Amino acid sequence: MFFRMITGAFRRQWKKMLMIALTVALGASIATAMLNVMLDVGDKINEELKAYGSNITVVPNSQAVMSDLYAVEETETKDEFLKEETLGEFLTIFWANNITDFAPVLDTSVNVNGNDIQLIGTWFDHHFEFKKKGTVYQRDTGIINLRSWWDITDGKWMDEAKLSGDQYAMTGRKTADMLGVSAGDRITVKSSKGTEELEIVGIFESGDDEEDCIFTTLSVAQRLSGAEGKYKKAEVSAITSPDDELAVKAAKNPDLLSGDEYDLWYCTAYVSSICFQIQEAIPEASARAVRQIADSEGKILEKTELLMALITLMSLIGATLGISNLVTSSVMERSAELALMKAVGAKNGQITFLVLTEIVLTSILGAAAGYFMGYAFAQVIGQSVFSSAIEMSGMAAFLVMVLIIAVTLVGSIPAVRMILRLRPSEVLHGGH
Amino acid sequence: MKLLELKDVTKRYGSLYALDKVSLSIDKGEWIAIMGPSGSGKSTMMNIISCMDRPTEGQVIFNGRDITKDSRKKLTEFHRDKIGLVFQQFHLINYLNAVENVMVAQYYHSMPDEKEALEALERVGLKDRAKHLPSQLSGGEQQRVCIARALINSPELILADEPTGNLDEANENIVLDLFRQLHKEGTSLIVVTHDPEVGEVAERVVRLEHGKIISDKKNNQFSE
Repeated sequence: MFFRMITGAFRRQWKKMLMIALTVALGASIATAMLNVMLDVGDKINEELKAYGSNITVVPNSQAVMSDLYAVEETETKDEFLKEETLGEFLTIFWANNITDFAPVLDTSVNVNGNDIQLIGTWFDHHFEFKKKGTVYQRDTGIINLRSWWDITDGKWMDEAKLSGDQYAMTGRKTADMLGVSAGDRITVKSSKGTEELEIVGIFESGDDEEDCIFTTLSVAQRLSGAEGKYKKAEVSAITSPDDELAVKAAKNPDLLSGDEYDLWYCTAYVSSICFQIQEAIPEASARAVRQIADSEGKILEKTELLMALITLMSLIGATLGISNLVTSSVMERSAELALMKAVGAKNGQITFLVLTEIVLTSILGAAAGYFMGYAFAQVIGQSVFSSAIEMSGMAAFLVMVLIIAVTLVGSIPAVRMILRLRPSEVLHGGH
Repeated sequence: MKLLELKDVTKRYGSLYALDKVSLSIDKGEWIAIMGPSGSGKSTMMNIISCMDRPTEGQVIFNGRDITKDSRKKLTEFHRDKIGLVFQQFHLINYLNAVENVMVAQYYHSMPDEKEALEALERVGLKDRAKHLPSQLSGGEQQRVCIARALINSPELILADEPTGNLDEANENIVLDLFRQLHKEGTSLIVVTHDPEVGEVAERVVRLEHGKIISDKKNNQFSE
């Protein structure tokens, strides 16, 4: 009988129910879109910030100690090296798949046509293979992805695989102008350890000090600095989870964590846990987060999440008011029917349950439709803001369903009060 | 044997007296017509007897028990178990068919039983219209469904508010015949009406005016 009454009410009041479902769908769609963006925004911002370079630097332990002691930039200390074979260890750590790019850096002073210039040896677009315990690790990596803001104004990016030999270079625009060279020209580079003749493959504008440098292959820089098989620093770009209290606590000292906290921290892609794992793999190295990137991420994330939460809240308040209006008018229209139920013996609770069941079922249908609409909204936001898809989260679906049921129940409060106050004697007989 | 007693029942709405110290006694199996012009207090009396309203003063005694001070929950249970209601405007639920409308009263009383509901419809001559929606039934047929709904839980008292007010003469006669049959079977009936023809067929006629009983007479046909 209850089922017949529910289906009957749906048939009779389908227009009203459709309006309620649409109201819920609209609220649910915005909530779905915002919650999904909120849950995915950390990764998205992370990806965005990847465009600003590496977020981890790896330097020799001794250099890091000097840097910590005297609060000086790591580049100011000299002649401490890491072995080139340690680069492979980045591919062996637990979070190796989160490391998207990395490149060694070896800088030295050289002289070109009587000008003292900083020369930096690194990987550009480098195919890297590493064997350990019978496993072969491979990665195409280099600064091509770590310097995405470089504007190549002459020539092209250096593709190491397509060039024979290693005597090539890219120079900053300022250096090129100073030397009067363009792409395809050759320069003679001298240092205390030797001389190299390099072909200019590309000239870039970066808007920073790197425009004053010459970038060449790691092997050339090693020969010119007499540090064969070594590098001074590695730049690492990793996809990380935004820092929270646990990450902050761990960053101070992982030994202070409890067993469970340690496991959670270690198995979460916090920048601090990735650094820790790099240090585990390369004991002679010290891995540090680039704080500007990590801090920017935290601030942008916090503000974006707050904005999303406010939009979600406003949409839910809007949905609540809409539902409240529609359900109240529905109960008013049905006052004779509901009064009749009371007149034949229905208790307030039974009538309230009947009406709420109708409304909640309608809301669930609306929420389901709204979820898919929200999925589309989220993708529009993802594509227009982050140029990538937003991953839909099961947690968001659950939250939306719980929120919509809560919104429906809260929105139905005025209607329930009306049901409780409904007097059959007034409705059915028209008073005295 | 007394079924219902009203003792000095007053119902006030502000300074307006809808009922003014009304006392009335109704025996089991009796058929009473309550008559009077509009605003005389007929519907108020019906609401108080059916427990859908409370008197401002006085007592309502049903089967010897004073129900005036009962809680709302108890009154709902009492009203559900003891009283069947028939309305002028039928008040059928328009998305349920005839038999389902009868079953609604069962549902809120105990358990819906389609077989019993069909028997109730058969009693009012509507078994073949059981699957029709109210919109597919004539006014007389809708009122008979309303009577079947009132009868389904075997109430001790049927309260009918202007049951023929919306019916043509032919349907009015059908409904009155049904009341005669119920009366013969021993059902107590209170019919509120301002239609003299309906009043004439009742066993006893109580006339109200300005919230007071101005006459209370047995009809001749029943006196003899």
